Amino acid sequence: MDRALWPEGVERCSLGKFLLWLGVCGVVFALGAYEAIMILFPDGLARTALDNYFGFGLWITFDLAVIALGAGAFFTGLLKYILDIKELEKIVNLTVIIGFLCYSGAMLILALDVGQPLRSWFGFWHPNVHSMLTEVMFCITCYLMVLTLEFIPNILENRKLNQIPLLHNIAHNFHYVMPLIAGIGAFLSTFHQGSLGGMYGVLFGRPYVLRDGFFIWPWTFFLFVLSAVGSGPCFSVLVVKLMELLTGKKLVDWNVKRLMCKIAGTMLTLYVFLKILDTWAWATDVLPRSGLTWDQMFNSDLGYGVSLLWIEIGLCGVVPAVLLMVSAFRNIPALLYTGAILSCVGVTINRYVFTVQALAIPVMPFDKWYLYVPNWAEWGPSVMVIAYGFIVTSLAYRYLPVFPQEVALNAKAPAAPVAPAAPAEAEQPA
Amino acid sequence: MSTFQDFPIRWGMVIDIDKCTGCGACVVACNKENNIAPQDNQLRRIEAKGFPTRFKKIEWLTIYELTDGGDTAYLPRPCMQCGVPSCVSVCPAIATDKNENGGIVSQIYPRCFGCRYCMASCPYHARVFNWDQPVWPEGMEKQLTPHTSVRSRGVVEKCSFCHHRLMYAKDAARVAGEDPEKLADGAYMPACAEVCPTGAITFGDVKNPEHAVYELARSPHTFRLLARLGTDPQVYYMSKRAWVRLQGDNYLANEKAQVNEGGAHHG
Repeated sequence: MDRALWPEGVERCSLGKFLLWLGVCGVVFALGAYEAIMILFPDGLARTALDNYFGFGLWITFDLAVIALGAGAFFTGLLKYILDIKELEKIVNLTVIIGFLCYSGAMLILALDVGQPLRSWFGFWHPNVHSMLTEVMFCITCYLMVLTLEFIPNILENRKLNQIPLLHNIAHNFHYVMPLIAGIGAFLSTFHQGSLGGMYGVLFGRPYVLRDGFFIWPWTFFLFVLSAVGSGPCFSVLVVKLMELLTGKKLVDWNVKRLMCKIAGTMLTLYVFLKILDTWAWATDVLPRSGLTWDQMFNSDLGYGVSLLWIEIGLCGVVPAVLLMVSAFRNIPALLYTGAILSCVGVTINRYVFTVQALAIPVMPFDKWYLYVPNWAEWGPSVMVIAYGFIVTSLAYRYLPVFPQEVALNAKAPAAPVAPAAPAEAEQPA
Repeated sequence: MSTFQDFPIRWGMVIDIDKCTGCGACVVACNKENNIAPQDNQLRRIEAKGFPTRFKKIEWLTIYELTDGGDTAYLPRPCMQCGVPSCVSVCPAIATDKNENGGIVSQIYPRCFGCRYCMASCPYHARVFNWDQPVWPEGMEKQLTPHTSVRSRGVVEKCSFCHHRLMYAKDAARVAGEDPEKLADGAYMPACAEVCPTGAITFGDVKNPEHAVYELARSPHTFRLLARLGTDPQVYYMSKRAWVRLQGDNYLANEKAQVNEGGAHHG
């Protein structure tokens, strides 16, 4: 029925099936939206499990994690438009959509997370130039605008919209300025990712996250940038894989996925190396200077154990770095996806410990450890953002030319995906 | 990072822990003076809706109970009015600042949009958030302190050393033809210091030798909370009990000797 809106030459499921899928996503979205409305209007943040000890909780963790995972957008854009790695044009549309969803979703959550959402603009009107959060606010807002600009040409390329001469010309001309937009986006996003790390590194009252500086920035500024570019491209590849599983179609060439993961692996390796150095410097310098010991930083009984650190650095740091860097491993799809998943889990754990564990640790000697468990009022809006991501991605996949290779890849392959899983994607040797 | 700002006047509080009985009069006086709504009503309302209430209480001054296993001490904790405040440099909208002579860290409630970054940065937990709209018992609105603003839901608030009282004291000095920047000892006193039944709380300018706090802040029994973090608090604690001083900061086993040196060197 809506076939006329589909991209040229592709096949999609029936409208009824698609609406059913959207309905399922919509129900999840509505459940979260209910919580969001109740927080915004009658109940306020009293509804959440946040308190005076844990002003930062699940939402900030979620924001930091999705923004890191959305780094595939700026990094892929940078590599494609600035460094001219042409292979990446086969996935760059999707990374832009993922970036747009991650950043707009994070802003939705942030609007709930502040006590007075209508005053959020005060950060622009009365900016504190010393605050990392001010930098975050400026960069996240500007970068969302950039991502919107990057997303617009893809929307205008919808088969029906593109028949309108004005929209066709706008989309066409957008492509000319895309390197400039990508450059601005890369600049903004780099600073934004860094500022998020800097936000914690400057907290000199919190020895768990305090870091010394390189010029005006604490180390965490650079670690956050590197961990984001080490996991963002992996997340983009995983989203493609998930879409392929859900649609039963091949959407992006295996070589592109492998290249994305190779780039991410390189960044991740550098990050893990520096993270290990950073952890050592923290344990031997920051902690003794603060009169604290390694053991005092962790509490296994309340779920803030040292195991989290080892899982983050070892299982979700060193292991995926090896899997993604060594071509023999990277060429095996199962290992590549395992590496990508571990990398994304690692960055999420990192954001969690910086947000929640850092605040759980009692700094005053007579203070106590407390456990923070987010409640449904916090999970709801987070799930809502995920549902929002599914809805927009589904609409984009159905009606926009997101994957330039889709027609060719699926014309070559038989209708039913009967090939064995592992070697099927290994079309060319590394 | 914040940097130390020096002012000609440095309003400071010295709390003698050995005199404090933990009676809570300072907390009650603080709540009343600063228009903090009775918490029972508020917490009951939150609880009635099925929402968690842990640490959702609004209290600018909290009393901690310290123990070494046998002996007990009480440590009242207002805002430390840090010389190098961890909260000021992080606030994205300059809703909190330290720019007034006297070094009191201000909080502009109508500018705060409730990001709670200041709460995350403060190791003393001195800042509290308005999780719910204040609930005033009927008729109590007539008893509110007229020069202390009431705060709405969604903003962070904190102890201000009863800053409005400083304004009163300055006005009184002007009327009397005195220099408002050279207030006599006791001319300006926060509610908690005034009400303390055991006289455990002394308040004044720690830079002025004519004020009692000048000597007290320099006592060998004086220390400051978490002094080594570099926040440079303007609240000083006194105790002759070594174990109490030991709990004033995080000391490693091989550093215990440093405890007796006292913490009051500024001013």
